[in-house]
Amino acid sequence: MKYLHLIWAALFRRKTRTILTLVSIIAAFLLFGMLDAVRTSFDQAGKSANGAERLQTGSKLSFIQTLPSSLELPIGKVPGVKAVAYANWFGGAYQDPHNQIFSFAVSPNYIDLFPEVEVPAAQRKAFDETRTGVLVGEDLAAKYHWKVGDKLPLQSTIFPTHDGSKNWSFDIVGILHPKDKNAGGMFKQLILLHWKYFDDSTPYNRGSVGWYVSRVSDVNQADRVAKAIDAISANSDHETRTQTEQAATANWIKQLADIGLIVSSIMGAVFFTLMLLSGNTMMMAVRERTSELAVLKTIGFSSASVLGMVLAESVLLLLIGGVIGLGIATALIPAVAAGSGLGLPPVGAGNWVLGIVLMAVIGLVVGVIPAVRAMRLNIVDALAGR
Amino acid sequence: MNKFGNFMIGLGLVVALVVTLGIWVRLPWPGVLGLAVLFALWMALTRLGRQASSVTAVGVSTLRQRLGSSSVIVIGIAGVVGVLVALLAMGEGYSETLRRTGSTDTAIVMRGASASEVMSVLERDNVVVIPQVAGIARDAQGKPIASPEIVVAANLQLKGGTEDDVGSVQLRGIGDEAWTVRPNVKVVAGRKFKPGMHELMVGQGAQREFAGLEVGRQVKLGNQLWTVVGQFASGDALDSELWADANVVADAYRRGGSRNSVTLKLADPNGFDAFKASLEADPRLKVDVDTTLDYFSKQSEGTSKMIQGIGITVGVIMAIGAIFGALNCMFAAVAARAREIATLRAIGFRGTPVVVAIMLETMLLALIGGLLGGALAWLIFNGYTASTLAAGSVGKLSFEFSVTPALLWSGLKWALAIGFIGGLFPAVRAARLPVTTALREL
Repeated sequence: MKYLHLIWAALFRRKTRTILTLVSIIAAFLLFGMLDAVRTSFDQAGKSANGAERLQTGSKLSFIQTLPSSLELPIGKVPGVKAVAYANWFGGAYQDPHNQIFSFAVSPNYIDLFPEVEVPAAQRKAFDETRTGVLVGEDLAAKYHWKVGDKLPLQSTIFPTHDGSKNWSFDIVGILHPKDKNAGGMFKQLILLHWKYFDDSTPYNRGSVGWYVSRVSDVNQADRVAKAIDAISANSDHETRTQTEQAATANWIKQLADIGLIVSSIMGAVFFTLMLLSGNTMMMAVRERTSELAVLKTIGFSSASVLGMVLAESVLLLLIGGVIGLGIATALIPAVAAGSGLGLPPVGAGNWVLGIVLMAVIGLVVGVIPAVRAMRLNIVDALAGR
Repeated sequence: MNKFGNFMIGLGLVVALVVTLGIWVRLPWPGVLGLAVLFALWMALTRLGRQASSVTAVGVSTLRQRLGSSSVIVIGIAGVVGVLVALLAMGEGYSETLRRTGSTDTAIVMRGASASEVMSVLERDNVVVIPQVAGIARDAQGKPIASPEIVVAANLQLKGGTEDDVGSVQLRGIGDEAWTVRPNVKVVAGRKFKPGMHELMVGQGAQREFAGLEVGRQVKLGNQLWTVVGQFASGDALDSELWADANVVADAYRRGGSRNSVTLKLADPNGFDAFKASLEADPRLKVDVDTTLDYFSKQSEGTSKMIQGIGITVGVIMAIGAIFGALNCMFAAVAARAREIATLRAIGFRGTPVVVAIMLETMLLALIGGLLGGALAWLIFNGYTASTLAAGSVGKLSFEFSVTPALLWSGLKWALAIGFIGGLFPAVRAARLPVTTALREL
C-alpha cells in the first residue's frame, strides 16, 4: 500500500496512453456487464423458492394441445397438492395482430399460486368481481400508459368471439407487481383475464385448458406428486406431462437458444482483444521506463518489489477501467430497459464479483511478461541504455 | 489564442469525422470503388500525392519493427469484425431460411386476424370453398393446386438428451397437393407416407435435432406409434418439420374436418391482387391471404431485427475498444517516428503527405484486420447450424448461419471506419508537431 502513490504516478506517466487504454477497458467491461446480466437472468429464470413449489401440467402431446377442464378436481385431490389453478393461451395482440402480448385466460385463483406477484387487495377484489376485468403487468402498463379503470381493446389471434369478431374488450382493474424477478419476472409483461369469461365468449375453446399449475405442500415430494398427477390421465387421449416450474423454464430456454454459448463466445473474443491491448500498453510502459526502473533497483528496491509494482500497476489499470465500465452498465441498463421496453436484466452482485475476479486475473496475465522483464533488469545494462 | 486554436481544430476534426462516417455508412460499393480510384490517381499523378506515397512506403517498411503494436490493431479489428459478422450472419441465416420458404407465386390463406398458421382455424366448409375461388393454378387433371394443411406441435426427445429433454417439433398434416405446391421439396431417403397410415416423413433439420427419426424407426407422438418411412429435404424452414397424412393427423389431434391453412399456387405469378380481391369478395369466407413470401418474411421480422440490434450493439461497444486501441498504437508510432517526420517536414515535405501516410498505414492494418476477421467468421460460422423456437411456428427451427458477401463487405467497411478514426488524430498530431521541438526531442 505504501507504494500506491508511486504506482499511481507510473500509471499516469503518459496520460493519453493510459486514458485511451482505460476507455477500451471500460468498453469491454460495459459489454461484459450487459451480457453477463443477460446470462444470469436466463440461468436463474424459474429458480426460486416459490417456483420450486409449483408444478406445471401440460399435454404430453405438445404445448399447443389442450386438456379438459375436468382434470382440476382429480389433480386437486392428489395427496401433497395444496392448490391447483389453470390457464389457457389467449393469443392477445394490441393494436396490430403482429404486436403480440403474452396474455393468459386464468382461473380465479391463478394469481394466488404466485405469492411473489403483488396485487393490491382492492384491485384483487375488483378482478374477482369484474367479469371483463384484466390484470396487466407493470411494464406493459408503463409502456402503453394504461391505468386502472381504462378500457382495453385487445385482438385475439387465436380465438374469435361468437359473432366472429377478433376484437375483445376488457377493463383494466389492476396492475401486477412482481417482487421476485427470478420467478415473477414474466408477470411484468403479462395480461391475465378470466378463463370463465373467455370460455363463454368464444366458440372455439369449449371448456379446454392449456395447462394446470399446482402448488405442492412439500418441495421434496414434488417429483412424486408430478408422477401422481400424470398417472391420472395415463393411457387416456389426453395424457399429461408434469414438471417443476424450474425444469419447464429451463427446457424452454434451452429450446430458444444456447444463451450461455453465445454469451461466452462473444466475451471470449472481447477479452482476448482486451488482453492484447492492455498487454501492449503495459509492455510500452515498462519499455520506456527501463532507466527509471534501473534507478529504483539501484537505490535498493528488491527485484520482487519491482515485480510486484509492475503487476500492481497493470491490475490497477484493469480495475479502474473495469469498475467504471461495470458501473456504467449498472447505471445504464435500467434506463435503457425503461426507455426501450426491453426486459433487460439489471447487473447484480454476482456479476460484480465475477467481473472483479476477471479484472484481477486479466491484470495479472497482461502484467506478467513486462513485470518479469522489469524484475530481471540488469542495472548496469539498463542505465547504460543497452 | 493557441489553446483556442487547438480546440477549434479538434472540434473541426470531430465534426468532419461524424460527417464522413455518416456518408461512409450509406456509401454503396461503387462509391467506395470510385473513391479508391480517385485516391489512387491523386497519389500517382500529383506532386503531393507522390510525396504521400513515398512517405507511406517508408512507414509501411518499418511496420515489421513494430510487429507487436501493429498486430494489436490488426487483431483488435479482426475481433470486432469477426464477432459482428458472426452475429449478423446468424440473423441473416435465420431470416433467409424463412424467406426461402415462401415465394411470390404461392399464397397462404388463413382465418382472419391469425398471426400465424398454428393460430388459424379454417372450418370444413371454408376448406372446401377456398380451392374453388378463381385465380388458382390447375394441374394436368384440371384440379386446383391448393393444399389444405393442418399444423400441430409434437413433443419429441432431443438428440443427445435424456428422456426428459423434450423439444417441440412442428407436425404438418398434408395431402398430395402439398408436393405440387412446393416443388422444391425432394424425397431424399425412403418413400412418401401412405394415406391413412400412421406414417411420417421427416425433414433433414428435424432429424438433426431430434432423436429416433431415422427412416425405419418408430416414434411415439402422444400415445400413438408412428413409423418413419422417408426423409425429405427442402433447404428452408420446412426442413425442420415432420409431415404426415392430414386425415390421420386430424384424427390423432381431434381436429375433425378443420384445417389450419390452405397453401395454393396462383395461376398467374402476378395475379395475387386479383386473387385476393376475389377471395375477399366471397361472402362465405372470412379469411386473410398473403403471398407465402410476405407471410414468412413477416414471421422472421421481429427475431431478425432483434439479432441485428444485438449484433450492432455488441459491434459498436467492441469497436469503441478497438478504436482506442488503434489510437494508442498509432500515437505511440507517431511519437517514435517524431524525429523522422520532423526531418521530412524540414526538408520540404508538406503536412498533407504526412497525414495521408499515417492514415493509409492505419487503414492498411485495419483492412488486414477486417479481412482476417471476415475470413475467420466465414470459416467458422458459414453453414454453422443453430436452432431456435421460431416466431409463428411451434417447433424448433433449425437454420444455418449465412455469411454473405454483403455481410463481409459491411464488416470491411466497419474495419476501415475504425482504422480511419484510429489514424486521423495521430496523423494530425504528427503533421502539426512544431518541427523544431520534434527535432530537439530525445
